[in-house]
Formats: sequence, C-alpha cells, structure tokens
Amino acid sequence: MTVPLIQFIDIMKSFGTDHVLKGVNLSIYKGEIIAIIGKSGTGKSVLLKHIIGLVQQDSGQILINGVPLHQLSVEEKISFQKELSYMFQDNALFDFMTIYDNIALPLVENSNFPKNQVKEKVFTRMKQLGLTGTEKKFPAQLSGGMRKRVALARALVTDPKIVLFDEPTTGLDPVRKKDVHSMIQEYQEKFEFTAVIVTHDIPQIFDLVQRIAMLDDGIIKFEGSKEDIFDSHSKILDTFVGGEDV
Amino acid sequence: MLVKLIEKVGSKIIKLLESIGRIVIFFWTGVMNIFIAPVQFAKIIDHTWFIGSKSIFVIILTGLFTGMVLGLQGYYSLLQFGSEAALGSAVSLTLIRELGPVFTAIMVTARAGSAMAAEIGVMRISEQIDALKTMHINPVRFLFTPRIIASIISFPLLTALFNVVGIIGGFISGSIMLGLNRYVYMDTVIKSIQMQDISGGFYKSFVFAVVVTTTCCYRGFYTHLYSGFGARGVSLSTTNAVVQSCIFIFIFDYIITFFLV
Ligand SMILES: Nc1ncnc2c1ncn2[C@@H]1O[C@H](COP(=O)(O)OP(=O)(O)OP(=O)(O)O)[C@@H](O)[C@H]1O
Ligand SMILES: [Mg+2]
Repeated sequence: MTVPLIQFIDIMKSFGTDHVLKGVNLSIYKGEIIAIIGKSGTGKSVLLKHIIGLVQQDSGQILINGVPLHQLSVEEKISFQKELSYMFQDNALFDFMTIYDNIALPLVENSNFPKNQVKEKVFTRMKQLGLTGTEKKFPAQLSGGMRKRVALARALVTDPKIVLFDEPTTGLDPVRKKDVHSMIQEYQEKFEFTAVIVTHDIPQIFDLVQRIAMLDDGIIKFEGSKEDIFDSHSKILDTFVGGEDV
Repeated sequence: MLVKLIEKVGSKIIKLLESIGRIVIFFWTGVMNIFIAPVQFAKIIDHTWFIGSKSIFVIILTGLFTGMVLGLQGYYSLLQFGSEAALGSAVSLTLIRELGPVFTAIMVTARAGSAMAAEIGVMRISEQIDALKTMHINPVRFLFTPRIIASIISFPLLTALFNVVGIIGGFISGSIMLGLNRYVYMDTVIKSIQMQDISGGFYKSFVFAVVVTTTCCYRGFYTHLYSGFGARGVSLSTTNAVVQSCIFIFIFDYIITFFLV
C-alpha cells in the first residue's frame, strides 16, 4: 500500500452551530487527479481550504506523506506549502492590478526569475487559456468566464506540484470547459502533478480523473475509481450522478 | 445571576485582550518588514503618490483657510490688548505646534485613511487576502508595510505645507485685509519660531502617521472579525477606522504635548 500524499482522518469542522464536516476520511495519492463532488453547500470548499491551511479543523488530523501536519517542522511545512497552489471558487483576483500583474504576482514575489522569463511564463499561460490581449485590463473589465481563466492561469504559473481547483470550469462554455480539462490533463502528463478538483461537471469530469470522492452530509459517502462508481450500488451516488434529488 | 455577570465581563475582557494581542502582532509584523529585503519600492512610491501627492490640494485649501481664520480671530483678540503686532507669532506658533499636525492628520485620514480601510476591507471579504496567503505572500507585509512607509514620508511633508500655507493665510487676513504692517508680521513669524517648535510638530506628525495608518489598515484587514461581511461590513469598518483615527489623533496630541512642554 502506498502512503497517501494527503490524508484526512476524521476531520470535523463547525462554524458556530453549523456542523459542516462531521468526520471526513479521504486519501489523495501522489500524481493522481481526484474529483470531489457533492451538493452545493456541503462543505467541499471548506474541505479544500483545510489542505492549504486557510481553515483549521476542530478535530481530526491531516497527514502529509503519513506525517501529521502539525508534527512537520517549520521548514517541512513551508516546503510542502510551496508545492501547493490554490484556485479560488470566486477567483479572488486582485482588483487593483492588471491581468498581467495578477498572473505574474506569485512569480514576482517568490522567485528570482528575471523579468523576461516571468513575461514568457505569463504569456504562455495566457495564450493557453485564450487570454491574449487582456494583459493591460483589470479584472472588473473581463467577463466572468475570462476571470475564471485568469485565476486558473495564476494558479498554474508557478508550475506547482499539487493544485487544488475549486470549480475551475463553472461558468465556462462547453468549448472552454473542454480546453480547461485537456489543459489539466496535459499538465499532469507533463509534470505528473497531483490535482484535486471540486466540480459539478458530471459526467465530463469522468474522462479526466482517476478517482472520485463524494462529500455528502459532512462525510465522504463514496471514494473510488470511475469503474467503482458504475459497479457500486450506492443509491446516493447514483441519484446524484444521475442528477436527481437525493 | 452573579455567575452570568462574571461570565459576561470575563468574555469581554478576553475579547479585549485578544484584540490588543492582534493589533500588536499586526503592527509589529508590519514594522519589522520595513527592514526586511527586498524593499517594495514600486508599492511605496504608489502609496506615497496616493497618500501624499493627491492630498496636496486639500491641504493647501484647508491650510489657507485655517491660517486666514487664525489671522482674523487673532487680530481682533490681540487688538484688545494693543498687541496686534504679535499676530505673526500667534498664527505661526499655533499652526506649527498644534493645528498643522492635527488638521493635516485629520484631512489625510478623511482622504487616504478611509480609502485604506475600504480597499483592504474589500480585499478581505473577496478572499484576496487569503489568496495572498496561498501564494506565500505575507499579507501584512504586502498591504500594511508600504502604506506605513508612505504615510511616514507624507505626513510630515504635508504638515510642513499646511504650516507654510497657513502662515500665508494669516498674512492675507492680517496684513493685506486688516492692514497690519507686512514687515512686522513676517518679522514676528521668523523671530518667534524656535527649532523645538518645528521638531515638536514633526514628532506629532510622525506619530499621527503611524497611528492613523495602523488603525485604518487594521480595521480593513480584520473587517470580517469586527464588522461582518459584505458591503456593509466594509462600510462599517471604514467608518470605524476614520472615527477611531480621529479620536487617537486628539489623544496622542495631548500626550505628546504633555511631554514636550
Ligand atoms: N467562513 C465561514 N464562516 C461560516 N460559515 C461558513 C464559512 N465558510 C463556509 N461556511 C459554511 O460552510 C458550509 C459549506 O460551505 P462550502 O463553501 O464549503 O460549500 P461548497 O460545498 O463548496 O458549496 P458550492 O458547491 O456551492 O461551492 C456552508 O453552509 C457555509 O455556510
Ligand atoms: Mg464551494
């Protein structure tokens, strides 16, 4: 058995009296693309934020390569977090900066790349995502789908090893959706990165991912490969994937 | 009953201590990062332009009218004792010691401090501050440090401008409009100002820069903790930032004056 890259053990999280996560157990393996699906408001974003440290669990543990996160030394923690990249559901672009500066920011602030190299990297991402020509604009001047792609470009510009995508394709047209999916796939083949994708793109996402986890009612109701889904007789999963009300 | 009361008071005290701790850490992180390379030149220039250069017009306008009012009031008050010749001294010392630093700080709070709180507050509620964290960028260093440097540069310079324009304002109402001898006015201005008056005013504007910027940035930064979410949260933290900054200006003005005289 390989040790998971990231493992949630009995993670619980409440906001006041609102019990969002009620004991989540989930493993994420190195080099895989895993999708987290589930109804709106079940806590998928909250779960994802635990990995990057924006939300702290009330109880339970998060293991990184088998070691609890809180037992890592400061250096180990930093080096783990430097491999991470997070794409926010609401983009969280810097509205006072141009598109170019937004995408370049993680490179400019954290590395010593010379200016022309930064420029090359940023323009490559922009071209891949159909954003050429928008570099001097501000986020408020773009359409919702374009902003989403800017957020995607920003998350990928540092060539991270682990990327957490919170609904990367919501609000995009079918062609762009496919583009984004194939870009993620291409990336994985090239860099062997690990991707966690929170998504509502069922069934398109099945072509992209190796495994799927379903969050419902504060726990992971299902975790397994695509094949497992079709074999499983989980009623909740079937109805959810089938689009009926659970 | 008594237990409830103790509980309530206790939780209030704990909250207060938490806030104090938070503000100290916020301030300390921001100030320490002034000395950590690389210096954020572009951002410092940007904020200095916004806090400093863009305030020049407001400062000239308020400085001029403050000086003119001082000239007018001072002239008639001094006339009662037959000592209107001391007008230049009265106007310039009032401005340099008190009104210059205080009024400048209040005007800049209204113009730039409110903008700081609102801008950082919006960044908080739209997860932009969280985004900085995920990119391993220290948000306090990124947002607060350049602003406090820009304020420390801008406040004393704007105060000096306010003082000079105010003295000219006093000259306009005292000498040009009321007919006080021009040379007498200018002579008393120059003779009465001591270096310690100027440095005292300078200390004040330095402290106001630090206090105002810290209050406004802190309020914006912790919008979600103190004021709630959404547009209303931001507007509330902006209002609080401005009101509290002004209160702090008066309190610190008294404290510094107490130690200077
Ligand atoms: N900072 C917070 N404070 C209080 N409650 C929160 C906070 N963040 C999330 N919640 C609550 O946690 C629950 C789950 O939210 P979350 O954003 O994770 O849902 P989601 O599964 O991502 O939904 P969607 O598919 O619509 O994005 C919601 O009920 C929300 O109200
Ligand atoms: Mg979500």
